[in-house]
Amino acid sequence: MSDLLVTGAKLLVFLGVFLGAIAPIMVWLERRFCAFIQDRPGPNRLGPLGLFQPLADVFKFFFKEDVTPSTPDRALYLAAPALAVLPALVTFVFIPFGPTVEIGERLVPLIVSDAPAGVLLLLAIASLSVYSLVLAGYASNNKYSLMGGIRASAQLISYELAMTLAVVAVLLPVGSFHLSDVITYQQENGWNVLPQAIGFLVFLIAMFAETNRLPFDLPEAESELVAGFHTEYSAMRFASFFMSEYIAMTTLSALAATLYFGGWDLWGIDDWLVSTGSGLFLPEWFWAGAVGMTILVAKAFVFLLLFIWVRWTFPRFRYDQLMRLGWKVLLPLALFNVVLIAALTVGGVL
Amino acid sequence: MEMVIFFLFAALAVGSALVVVLHRNPVYSTLSLVLTLISLAVLFVLLGAPFIAALQVLIYTGAIVVLFLFVVMLLNIGREEASGERGLLQKVAAGVGALALLAFVALAYWGAYGTREVGPLTEDFVSLEVLATQLFSDYLLAFELVGLLLLVAVIAATVLAARLGNTPGGGESDPALPEAGEEGI
Repeated sequence: MSDLLVTGAKLLVFLGVFLGAIAPIMVWLERRFCAFIQDRPGPNRLGPLGLFQPLADVFKFFFKEDVTPSTPDRALYLAAPALAVLPALVTFVFIPFGPTVEIGERLVPLIVSDAPAGVLLLLAIASLSVYSLVLAGYASNNKYSLMGGIRASAQLISYELAMTLAVVAVLLPVGSFHLSDVITYQQENGWNVLPQAIGFLVFLIAMFAETNRLPFDLPEAESELVAGFHTEYSAMRFASFFMSEYIAMTTLSALAATLYFGGWDLWGIDDWLVSTGSGLFLPEWFWAGAVGMTILVAKAFVFLLLFIWVRWTFPRFRYDQLMRLGWKVLLPLALFNVVLIAALTVGGVL
Repeated sequence: MEMVIFFLFAALAVGSALVVVLHRNPVYSTLSLVLTLISLAVLFVLLGAPFIAALQVLIYTGAIVVLFLFVVMLLNIGREEASGERGLLQKVAAGVGALALLAFVALAYWGAYGTREVGPLTEDFVSLEVLATQLFSDYLLAFELVGLLLLVAVIAATVLAARLGNTPGGGESDPALPEAGEEGI
Protein backbone atom coordinates (compact mmCIF):
# COMPACT_ATOMS: atom_id res chain seq x y z
CA MET A 1 0.00 0.00 0.00
CA SER A 2 2.77 2.39 0.94
CA ASP A 3 4.45 1.54 -2.38
CA LEU A 4 1.38 2.92 -4.06
CA LEU A 5 1.57 6.02 -1.88
CA VAL A 6 5.22 6.68 -2.72
CA THR A 7 4.54 6.25 -6.45
CA GLY A 8 1.55 8.55 -6.18
CA ALA A 9 3.66 11.19 -4.44
CA LYS A 10 6.38 11.00 -7.10
CA LEU A 11 3.73 11.20 -9.82
CA LEU A 12 2.20 14.29 -8.23
CA VAL A 13 5.54 16.04 -7.84
CA PHE A 14 6.59 15.30 -11.40
CA LEU A 15 3.17 16.15 -12.82
CA GLY A 16 3.20 19.40 -10.86
CA VAL A 17 6.59 20.40 -12.24
CA PHE A 18 5.82 19.37 -15.82
CA LEU A 19 2.26 20.52 -16.09
CA GLY A 20 2.02 23.24 -13.48
CA ALA A 21 5.32 24.95 -14.12
CA ILE A 22 7.10 24.07 -17.36
CA ALA A 23 4.21 24.14 -19.84
CA PRO A 24 2.92 27.64 -18.90
CA ILE A 25 6.48 29.00 -18.73
CA MET A 26 7.07 27.57 -22.19
CA VAL A 27 4.00 29.31 -23.59
CA TRP A 28 5.25 32.59 -22.14
CA LEU A 29 8.82 31.95 -23.27
CA GLU A 30 7.71 31.11 -26.80
CA ARG A 31 5.94 34.42 -27.18
CA ARG A 32 8.60 36.55 -25.47
CA PHE A 33 11.56 34.87 -27.18
CA CYS A 34 9.82 35.11 -30.55
CA ALA A 35 9.17 38.80 -29.89
CA PHE A 36 12.84 39.26 -28.96
CA ILE A 37 13.96 37.62 -32.21
CA GLN A 38 11.55 39.81 -34.17
CA ASP A 39 12.70 42.92 -32.29
CA ARG A 40 9.40 43.76 -30.57
CA PRO A 41 8.36 43.65 -26.88
CA GLY A 42 5.78 40.83 -26.94
CA PRO A 43 3.16 40.33 -24.21
CA ASN A 44 4.55 42.35 -21.28
CA ARG A 45 1.46 43.78 -19.56
CA LEU A 46 0.15 41.11 -17.20
CA GLY A 47 2.37 40.59 -14.18
CA PRO A 48 6.15 41.06 -14.04
CA LEU A 49 7.60 40.69 -17.57
CA GLY A 50 4.17 39.51 -18.70
CA LEU A 51 4.62 36.24 -16.77
CA PHE A 52 0.89 35.88 -16.01
CA GLN A 53 -0.01 35.91 -19.72
CA PRO A 54 -0.43 32.08 -19.90
CA LEU A 55 -2.95 32.30 -17.05
CA ALA A 56 -4.97 34.85 -19.01
CA ASP A 57 -4.72 32.62 -22.09
CA VAL A 58 -6.12 29.66 -20.17
CA PHE A 59 -9.07 31.73 -18.91
CA LYS A 60 -9.69 32.91 -22.43
CA PHE A 61 -9.71 29.33 -23.72
CA PHE A 62 -12.16 28.27 -21.02
CA PHE A 63 -14.69 30.96 -21.84
CA LYS A 64 -14.46 30.81 -25.63
CA GLU A 65 -17.29 29.28 -27.58
CA ASP A 66 -16.64 25.66 -28.43
CA VAL A 67 -17.65 25.38 -32.07
CA THR A 68 -18.22 21.86 -33.35
CA PRO A 69 -18.42 21.34 -37.10
CA SER A 70 -21.10 19.12 -38.59
CA THR A 71 -19.36 15.82 -39.02
CA PRO A 72 -20.45 12.20 -39.38
CA ASP A 73 -17.80 11.14 -36.85
CA ARG A 74 -18.68 13.30 -33.86
CA ALA A 75 -17.45 10.74 -31.33
CA LEU A 76 -14.00 10.61 -32.95
CA TYR A 77 -13.96 14.40 -33.23
CA LEU A 78 -14.51 14.71 -29.48
CA ALA A 79 -12.09 11.89 -28.62
CA ALA A 80 -9.12 13.27 -30.57
CA PRO A 81 -8.07 16.06 -28.13
CA ALA A 82 -8.32 13.65 -25.18
CA LEU A 83 -6.13 11.17 -27.06
CA ALA A 84 -3.59 13.95 -27.53
CA VAL A 85 -3.34 14.67 -23.80
CA LEU A 86 -3.14 11.02 -22.68
CA PRO A 87 0.30 10.02 -24.06
CA ALA A 88 1.72 13.43 -23.14
CA LEU A 89 0.71 12.86 -19.52
CA VAL A 90 2.05 9.31 -19.35
CA THR A 91 5.46 9.35 -21.04
CA PHE A 92 7.39 11.34 -18.41
CA VAL A 93 6.95 8.58 -15.78
CA PHE A 94 9.88 6.72 -17.37
CA ILE A 95 12.38 9.56 -16.92
CA PRO A 96 14.54 9.39 -13.76
CA PHE A 97 14.94 12.66 -11.86
CA GLY A 98 17.35 11.62 -9.12
CA PRO A 99 19.34 8.77 -7.58
CA THR A 100 17.90 6.01 -5.41
CA VAL A 101 17.42 7.58 -1.98
CA GLU A 102 16.72 6.31 1.51
CA ILE A 103 13.50 7.55 3.04
CA GLY A 104 13.38 6.20 6.58
CA GLU A 105 13.95 2.45 6.15
CA ARG A 106 13.09 2.10 2.49
CA LEU A 107 15.04 2.60 -0.72
CA VAL A 108 13.11 4.76 -3.16
CA PRO A 109 14.36 5.25 -6.73
CA LEU A 110 13.53 8.77 -7.88
CA ILE A 111 11.70 7.71 -11.01
CA VAL A 112 7.97 7.13 -11.18
CA SER A 113 8.19 3.85 -13.08
CA ASP A 114 11.50 2.04 -13.51
CA ALA A 115 9.81 -0.54 -15.72
CA PRO A 116 11.94 -3.01 -17.65
CA ALA A 117 12.27 -1.72 -21.24
CA GLY A 118 11.28 1.71 -19.92
CA VAL A 119 12.85 3.65 -22.81
CA LEU A 120 11.02 1.51 -25.34
CA LEU A 121 7.74 2.02 -23.50
CA LEU A 122 8.35 5.77 -23.49
CA LEU A 123 8.92 5.82 -27.25
CA ALA A 124 5.98 3.48 -27.83
CA ILE A 125 3.51 5.57 -25.85
CA ALA A 126 4.85 8.79 -27.33
CA SER A 127 4.25 7.42 -30.82
CA LEU A 128 0.58 6.83 -29.95
CA SER A 129 0.04 10.59 -29.93
CA VAL A 130 -0.08 10.56 -33.73
CA TYR A 131 -3.51 8.93 -33.56
CA SER A 132 -4.94 12.09 -32.08
CA LEU A 133 -3.65 14.16 -35.03
CA VAL A 134 -4.85 11.64 -37.60
CA LEU A 135 -8.27 11.31 -35.99
CA ALA A 136 -8.65 15.06 -35.58
CA GLY A 137 -7.85 15.41 -39.27
CA TYR A 138 -10.22 12.65 -40.29
CA ALA A 139 -13.17 13.49 -38.03
CA SER A 140 -13.18 17.24 -38.71
CA ASN A 141 -14.87 16.71 -42.07
CA ASN A 142 -12.55 19.30 -43.62
CA LYS A 143 -10.14 18.70 -46.48
CA TYR A 144 -7.37 20.80 -44.94
CA SER A 145 -7.66 18.90 -41.69
CA LEU A 146 -7.57 15.60 -43.56
CA MET A 147 -4.42 16.65 -45.40
CA GLY A 148 -2.82 17.55 -42.07
CA GLY A 149 -3.78 14.20 -40.55
CA ILE A 150 -2.40 12.24 -43.51
CA ARG A 151 0.85 14.20 -43.36
CA ALA A 152 1.15 13.57 -39.61
CA SER A 153 0.94 9.80 -40.06
CA ALA A 154 3.51 9.66 -42.87
CA GLN A 155 5.86 12.01 -41.04
CA LEU A 156 5.75 10.07 -37.78
CA ILE A 157 6.60 6.77 -39.47
CA SER A 158 9.50 8.31 -41.35
CA TYR A 159 11.14 9.87 -38.31
CA GLU A 160 10.30 7.49 -35.49
CA LEU A 161 12.48 4.77 -37.00
CA ALA A 162 15.56 6.98 -37.08
CA MET A 163 14.86 8.17 -33.53
CA THR A 164 14.51 4.65 -32.16
CA LEU A 165 17.74 3.59 -33.88
CA ALA A 166 19.53 6.55 -32.30
CA VAL A 167 18.26 5.46 -28.88
CA VAL A 168 19.32 1.86 -29.57
CA ALA A 169 22.87 3.10 -30.21
CA VAL A 170 22.87 4.77 -26.78
CA LEU A 171 21.71 1.58 -25.10
CA LEU A 172 24.31 -0.65 -26.80
CA PRO A 173 27.37 0.21 -24.64
CA VAL A 174 25.18 0.53 -21.53
CA GLY A 175 23.73 -2.94 -22.00
CA SER A 176 20.47 -2.13 -20.25
CA PHE A 177 17.03 -0.76 -21.04
CA HIS A 178 16.82 1.18 -17.77
CA LEU A 179 17.33 4.92 -18.14
CA SER A 180 18.82 4.96 -14.63
CA ASP A 181 21.59 2.66 -15.93
CA VAL A 182 22.19 5.05 -18.81
CA ILE A 183 22.84 7.81 -16.27
CA THR A 184 25.11 5.59 -14.15
CA TYR A 185 27.06 4.73 -17.31
CA GLN A 186 27.52 8.42 -18.09
CA GLN A 187 28.65 9.15 -14.51
CA GLU A 188 31.49 6.68 -15.07
CA ASN A 189 32.32 7.31 -18.74
CA GLY A 190 31.38 10.92 -19.42
CA TRP A 191 28.44 12.29 -21.35
CA ASN A 192 27.17 10.29 -24.30
CA VAL A 193 27.02 13.29 -26.59
CA LEU A 194 30.70 12.94 -27.57
CA PRO A 195 30.91 9.27 -28.63
CA GLN A 196 27.32 9.39 -29.90
CA ALA A 197 27.58 12.66 -31.81
CA ILE A 198 25.98 11.23 -34.97
CA GLY A 199 23.18 9.59 -33.00
CA PHE A 200 22.55 12.82 -31.10
CA LEU A 201 22.23 14.77 -34.34
CA VAL A 202 19.72 12.24 -35.68
CA PHE A 203 17.80 12.23 -32.39
CA LEU A 204 17.69 16.02 -32.30
CA ILE A 205 16.29 16.32 -35.83
CA ALA A 206 13.80 13.50 -35.25
CA MET A 207 12.72 15.24 -32.05
CA PHE A 208 11.55 18.26 -34.04
CA ALA A 209 9.66 16.02 -36.45
CA GLU A 210 8.06 13.98 -33.65
CA THR A 211 6.67 17.05 -31.93
CA ASN A 212 5.58 18.64 -35.24
CA ARG A 213 7.62 21.76 -34.61
CA LEU A 214 9.04 23.99 -37.29
CA PRO A 215 10.82 23.28 -39.61
CA PHE A 216 8.74 20.07 -39.65
CA ASP A 217 5.27 21.34 -38.75
CA LEU A 218 3.77 20.00 -41.97
CA PRO A 219 0.59 18.67 -40.28
CA GLU A 220 -0.18 22.27 -39.24
CA ALA A 221 1.45 24.31 -42.05
CA GLU A 222 -0.72 27.36 -41.55
CA SER A 223 0.35 28.92 -44.85
CA GLU A 224 -0.99 25.93 -46.81
CA LEU A 225 -3.58 24.15 -44.65
CA VAL A 226 -5.19 26.99 -42.59
CA ALA A 227 -4.22 25.25 -39.33
CA GLY A 228 -3.94 21.65 -40.49
CA PHE A 229 -5.40 18.97 -38.27
CA HIS A 230 -6.78 21.42 -35.67
CA THR A 231 -8.44 23.82 -38.11
CA GLU A 232 -11.92 22.95 -36.82
CA TYR A 233 -11.05 22.97 -33.11
CA SER A 234 -11.62 25.88 -30.79
CA ALA A 235 -11.62 26.79 -27.08
CA MET A 236 -10.30 24.12 -24.67
CA ARG A 237 -10.28 21.41 -27.31
CA PHE A 238 -7.77 23.41 -29.32
CA ALA A 239 -5.85 24.17 -26.12
CA SER A 240 -5.57 20.40 -25.45
CA PHE A 241 -3.60 19.94 -28.67
CA PHE A 242 -1.59 23.04 -27.90
CA MET A 243 -0.67 22.02 -24.35
CA SER A 244 0.05 18.39 -25.19
CA GLU A 245 2.51 19.58 -27.84
CA TYR A 246 4.37 21.56 -25.18
CA ILE A 247 4.33 18.67 -22.70
CA ALA A 248 5.60 16.29 -25.40
CA MET A 249 8.38 18.76 -26.20
CA THR A 250 9.33 18.91 -22.52
CA THR A 251 9.36 15.13 -22.14
CA LEU A 252 11.48 14.62 -25.26
CA SER A 253 13.86 17.36 -24.09
CA ALA A 254 14.23 15.63 -20.73
CA LEU A 255 14.81 12.34 -22.57
CA ALA A 256 17.49 13.93 -24.76
CA ALA A 257 19.16 15.38 -21.66
CA THR A 258 19.04 11.95 -20.00
CA LEU A 259 20.35 10.01 -22.99
CA TYR A 260 23.12 12.37 -24.10
CA PHE A 261 23.85 14.89 -21.32
CA GLY A 262 23.95 12.91 -18.09
CA GLY A 263 20.35 13.45 -16.98
CA TRP A 264 20.03 14.65 -13.39
CA ASP A 265 23.78 14.27 -12.81
CA LEU A 266 26.17 17.24 -13.05
CA TRP A 267 29.78 16.01 -12.63
CA GLY A 268 29.38 15.48 -8.90
CA ILE A 269 28.32 19.09 -8.26
CA ASP A 270 24.89 17.68 -7.47
CA ASP A 271 26.42 15.44 -4.77
CA TRP A 272 28.10 18.47 -3.22
CA LEU A 273 24.83 20.43 -3.29
CA VAL A 274 22.92 17.52 -1.73
CA SER A 275 25.43 17.00 1.08
CA THR A 276 25.64 20.75 1.79
CA GLY A 277 21.88 21.11 1.77
CA SER A 278 21.16 18.10 3.95
CA GLY A 279 23.74 19.35 6.44
CA LEU A 280 21.66 22.49 6.95
CA PHE A 281 18.02 21.46 7.16
CA LEU A 282 15.55 19.01 5.62
CA PRO A 283 16.52 15.33 5.04
CA GLU A 284 18.89 14.11 2.35
CA TRP A 285 16.23 12.50 0.14
CA PHE A 286 14.49 15.83 -0.25
CA TRP A 287 17.67 17.53 -1.43
CA ALA A 288 18.56 14.66 -3.76
CA GLY A 289 15.15 14.93 -5.41
CA ALA A 290 15.13 18.72 -5.56
CA VAL A 291 18.68 19.05 -6.92
CA GLY A 292 18.21 16.22 -9.43
CA MET A 293 14.93 17.65 -10.63
CA THR A 294 16.40 21.16 -10.95
CA ILE A 295 19.39 19.96 -12.98
CA LEU A 296 17.18 17.84 -15.25
CA VAL A 297 14.75 20.70 -15.83
CA ALA A 298 17.63 23.12 -16.48
CA LYS A 299 19.09 20.78 -19.11
CA ALA A 300 15.67 20.24 -20.65
CA PHE A 301 15.19 23.99 -20.88
CA VAL A 302 18.29 24.28 -23.06
CA PHE A 303 16.54 22.05 -25.58
CA LEU A 304 13.25 23.88 -25.16
CA LEU A 305 14.97 27.17 -25.94
CA LEU A 306 16.49 25.52 -28.99
CA PHE A 307 13.00 24.46 -30.10
CA ILE A 308 11.83 28.07 -30.00
CA TRP A 309 15.01 29.48 -31.50
CA VAL A 310 14.80 27.08 -34.46
CA ARG A 311 11.09 27.78 -34.91
CA TRP A 312 11.65 31.49 -35.48
CA THR A 313 14.82 31.02 -37.53
CA PHE A 314 14.23 28.31 -40.14
CA PRO A 315 11.62 28.16 -42.90
CA ARG A 316 9.35 25.15 -43.23
CA PHE A 317 10.48 22.12 -45.24
CA ARG A 318 8.51 21.15 -48.30
CA TYR A 319 6.76 17.80 -47.95
CA ASP A 320 8.95 15.81 -50.36
CA GLN A 321 12.07 17.35 -48.79
CA LEU A 322 10.85 16.15 -45.39
CA MET A 323 10.41 12.61 -46.70
CA ARG A 324 13.76 12.65 -48.50
CA LEU A 325 15.59 13.84 -45.38
CA GLY A 326 13.92 11.18 -43.24
CA TRP A 327 14.43 8.17 -45.46
CA LYS A 328 17.58 8.99 -47.43
CA VAL A 329 19.65 10.89 -44.88
CA LEU A 330 18.56 10.28 -41.28
CA LEU A 331 17.78 6.56 -41.52
CA PRO A 332 21.10 5.58 -43.19
CA LEU A 333 22.95 7.85 -40.74
CA ALA A 334 21.21 6.23 -37.76
CA LEU A 335 21.94 2.73 -39.11
CA PHE A 336 25.58 3.64 -39.67
CA ASN A 337 25.74 4.97 -36.13
CA VAL A 338 24.32 1.72 -34.71
CA VAL A 339 26.91 -0.33 -36.60
CA LEU A 340 29.70 2.04 -35.55
CA ILE A 341 28.72 2.01 -31.87
CA ALA A 342 28.24 -1.77 -31.94
CA ALA A 343 31.74 -2.21 -33.41
CA LEU A 344 33.24 0.17 -30.82
CA THR A 345 31.40 -1.61 -28.01
CA VAL A 346 32.53 -5.07 -29.12
CA GLY A 347 36.05 -3.71 -29.68
CA GLY A 348 36.10 -2.52 -26.09
CA VAL A 349 36.56 1.17 -26.92
CA LEU A 350 33.27 2.24 -25.33
CA MET B 1 -6.44 -8.46 -9.23
CA GLU B 2 -4.41 -10.09 -11.99
CA MET B 3 -7.38 -12.23 -12.95
CA VAL B 4 -9.62 -9.17 -13.23
CA ILE B 5 -7.10 -7.39 -15.47
CA PHE B 6 -6.62 -10.51 -17.56
CA PHE B 7 -10.30 -11.08 -18.21
CA LEU B 8 -10.92 -7.39 -18.84
CA PHE B 9 -8.23 -7.13 -21.49
CA ALA B 10 -8.84 -10.58 -22.94
CA ALA B 11 -12.48 -9.62 -23.48
CA LEU B 12 -11.40 -6.27 -24.90
CA ALA B 13 -8.98 -7.97 -27.30
CA VAL B 14 -11.60 -10.40 -28.58
CA GLY B 15 -14.34 -7.78 -28.74
CA SER B 16 -12.27 -5.22 -30.60
CA ALA B 17 -10.96 -7.93 -32.94
CA LEU B 18 -14.57 -8.71 -33.82
CA VAL B 19 -15.19 -5.01 -34.50
CA VAL B 20 -12.15 -4.97 -36.81
CA VAL B 21 -13.75 -7.65 -38.97
CA LEU B 22 -17.37 -6.61 -38.72
CA HIS B 23 -17.38 -2.81 -38.86
CA ARG B 24 -18.30 -1.32 -42.21
CA ASN B 25 -16.15 1.81 -41.90
CA PRO B 26 -12.45 0.96 -42.48
CA VAL B 27 -11.29 3.83 -40.22
CA TYR B 28 -13.18 2.38 -37.26
CA SER B 29 -11.86 -1.10 -38.13
CA THR B 30 -8.29 0.21 -38.05
CA LEU B 31 -8.89 1.96 -34.73
CA SER B 32 -10.30 -1.24 -33.25
CA LEU B 33 -7.14 -2.98 -34.37
CA VAL B 34 -5.19 -0.47 -32.25
CA LEU B 35 -7.32 -1.45 -29.26
CA THR B 36 -6.76 -5.16 -29.97
CA LEU B 37 -2.99 -4.73 -30.14
CA ILE B 38 -2.82 -2.65 -26.95
CA SER B 39 -4.94 -5.24 -25.11
CA LEU B 40 -2.54 -7.94 -26.30
CA ALA B 41 0.37 -5.84 -25.06
CA VAL B 42 -1.24 -5.71 -21.61
CA LEU B 43 -1.61 -9.50 -21.71
CA PHE B 44 2.11 -9.77 -22.55
CA VAL B 45 2.92 -7.67 -19.49
CA LEU B 46 0.77 -9.98 -17.37
CA LEU B 47 2.74 -12.93 -18.76
CA GLY B 48 5.94 -11.29 -17.52
CA ALA B 49 7.25 -10.19 -20.91
CA PRO B 50 7.32 -6.36 -20.79
CA PHE B 51 9.91 -6.19 -23.57
CA ILE B 52 7.62 -7.95 -26.02
CA ALA B 53 4.75 -5.74 -24.87
CA ALA B 54 6.82 -2.61 -25.56
CA LEU B 55 7.78 -3.93 -28.99
CA GLN B 56 4.16 -4.76 -29.71
CA VAL B 57 3.06 -1.19 -29.03
CA LEU B 58 6.13 0.40 -30.64
CA ILE B 59 6.06 -1.54 -33.90
CA TYR B 60 2.45 -2.50 -34.43
CA THR B 61 0.37 0.29 -32.91
CA GLY B 62 3.07 2.93 -33.30
CA ALA B 63 4.05 2.27 -36.90
CA ILE B 64 2.23 -0.40 -38.85
CA VAL B 65 -1.35 0.49 -37.94
CA VAL B 66 -0.51 4.18 -38.46
CA LEU B 67 0.50 3.12 -41.97
CA PHE B 68 -2.84 1.29 -42.39
CA LEU B 69 -4.66 4.41 -41.29
CA PHE B 70 -2.52 6.49 -43.65
CA VAL B 71 -3.47 4.30 -46.60
CA VAL B 72 -7.15 4.17 -45.66
CA MET B 73 -7.28 7.94 -45.39
CA LEU B 74 -5.13 8.60 -48.46
CA LEU B 75 -7.32 6.43 -50.66
CA ASN B 76 -10.33 7.99 -48.94
CA ILE B 77 -12.12 4.69 -48.59
CA GLY B 78 -15.54 5.55 -47.29
CA ARG B 79 -18.23 3.30 -45.96
CA GLU B 80 -18.01 -0.10 -47.62
CA GLU B 81 -20.77 -0.40 -50.20
CA ALA B 82 -23.21 -3.18 -49.58
CA SER B 83 -21.74 -5.72 -51.95
CA GLY B 84 -25.01 -7.59 -52.22
CA GLU B 85 -25.38 -11.32 -51.71
CA ARG B 86 -22.22 -13.29 -51.18
CA GLY B 87 -21.95 -16.32 -53.41
CA LEU B 88 -21.97 -19.90 -52.16
CA LEU B 89 -18.35 -20.36 -53.26
CA GLN B 90 -17.27 -17.39 -51.14
CA LYS B 91 -19.01 -18.81 -48.08
CA VAL B 92 -17.45 -22.22 -48.57
CA ALA B 93 -13.99 -20.70 -49.12
CA ALA B 94 -14.32 -18.59 -45.97
CA GLY B 95 -15.36 -21.65 -43.96
CA VAL B 96 -12.49 -23.75 -45.25
CA GLY B 97 -10.04 -20.92 -44.58
CA ALA B 98 -11.25 -20.51 -41.01
CA LEU B 99 -11.01 -24.27 -40.38
CA ALA B 100 -7.49 -24.37 -41.85
CA LEU B 101 -6.38 -21.51 -39.60
CA LEU B 102 -7.84 -23.26 -36.55
CA ALA B 103 -6.07 -26.47 -37.53
CA PHE B 104 -2.76 -24.63 -37.90
CA VAL B 105 -3.09 -23.03 -34.48
CA ALA B 106 -4.01 -26.36 -32.90
CA LEU B 107 -1.08 -28.08 -34.61
CA ALA B 108 1.35 -25.38 -33.53
CA TYR B 109 0.06 -25.57 -29.97
CA TRP B 110 0.31 -29.38 -29.96
CA GLY B 111 3.80 -29.25 -31.43
CA ALA B 112 5.00 -26.73 -28.85
CA TYR B 113 3.39 -28.15 -25.72
CA GLY B 114 1.97 -31.56 -26.59
CA THR B 115 0.97 -33.34 -23.44
CA ARG B 116 3.47 -31.45 -21.31
CA GLU B 117 2.32 -29.53 -18.28
CA VAL B 118 1.96 -25.85 -19.14
CA GLY B 119 3.37 -23.70 -16.34
CA PRO B 120 3.64 -19.92 -15.99
CA LEU B 121 6.33 -18.10 -17.94
CA THR B 122 9.50 -17.57 -15.97
CA GLU B 123 12.14 -14.86 -16.18
CA ASP B 124 14.68 -17.19 -17.84
CA PHE B 125 12.19 -17.87 -20.62
CA VAL B 126 11.10 -14.40 -21.70
CA SER B 127 13.88 -12.11 -20.47
CA LEU B 128 15.59 -9.91 -23.03
CA GLU B 129 18.92 -11.77 -22.81
CA VAL B 130 17.37 -15.20 -23.34
CA LEU B 131 15.19 -13.89 -26.16
CA ALA B 132 18.19 -12.37 -27.95
CA THR B 133 20.39 -15.44 -27.46
CA GLN B 134 17.67 -17.75 -28.77
CA LEU B 135 16.97 -15.51 -31.74
CA PHE B 136 20.62 -15.38 -32.80
CA SER B 137 21.50 -19.03 -32.16
CA ASP B 138 18.70 -21.61 -32.33
CA TYR B 139 16.41 -19.57 -34.54
CA LEU B 140 19.05 -17.74 -36.57
CA LEU B 141 17.96 -19.28 -39.89
CA ALA B 142 14.31 -18.35 -39.38
CA PHE B 143 15.34 -14.86 -38.25
CA GLU B 144 17.49 -14.29 -41.35
CA LEU B 145 14.80 -15.69 -43.63
CA VAL B 146 12.24 -13.26 -42.23
CA GLY B 147 14.69 -10.45 -42.90
CA LEU B 148 15.11 -11.70 -46.47
CA LEU B 149 11.34 -11.86 -46.90
CA LEU B 150 11.00 -8.22 -45.81
CA LEU B 151 13.79 -7.22 -48.18
CA VAL B 152 12.02 -8.91 -51.07
CA ALA B 153 8.80 -7.13 -50.13
CA VAL B 154 10.61 -3.78 -50.12
CA ILE B 155 12.15 -4.45 -53.54
CA ALA B 156 8.78 -5.53 -54.92
CA ALA B 157 7.13 -2.38 -53.61
CA THR B 158 9.90 -0.24 -55.11
CA VAL B 159 9.57 -1.94 -58.50
CA LEU B 160 5.79 -1.44 -58.48
CA ALA B 161 6.16 2.21 -57.48
CA ALA B 162 8.80 2.80 -60.16
CA ARG B 163 6.51 1.28 -62.77
CA LEU B 164 3.68 3.57 -61.63
CA GLY B 165 6.05 6.54 -61.95
CA ASN B 166 6.54 5.85 -65.68
CA THR B 167 2.87 6.22 -66.54
CA PRO B 168 1.69 9.79 -67.10
CA GLY B 169 -0.04 11.35 -64.10
CA GLY B 170 1.36 8.88 -61.59
CA GLY B 171 4.38 8.86 -59.30
CA GLU B 172 5.95 12.27 -58.80
CA SER B 173 2.68 14.16 -59.07
CA ASP B 174 1.43 13.02 -55.63
CA PRO B 175 3.42 14.83 -52.97
CA ALA B 176 1.55 13.14 -50.12
CA LEU B 177 2.86 9.73 -51.14
CA PRO B 178 5.86 8.72 -49.02
CA GLU B 179 8.95 7.09 -50.47
CA ALA B 180 8.49 3.46 -51.38
CA GLY B 181 9.89 0.89 -49.05
CA GLU B 182 7.96 1.79 -45.92
CA GLU B 183 6.33 -1.62 -45.88
CA GLY B 184 9.54 -3.12 -44.66
CA ILE B 185 9.45 -1.57 -41.20
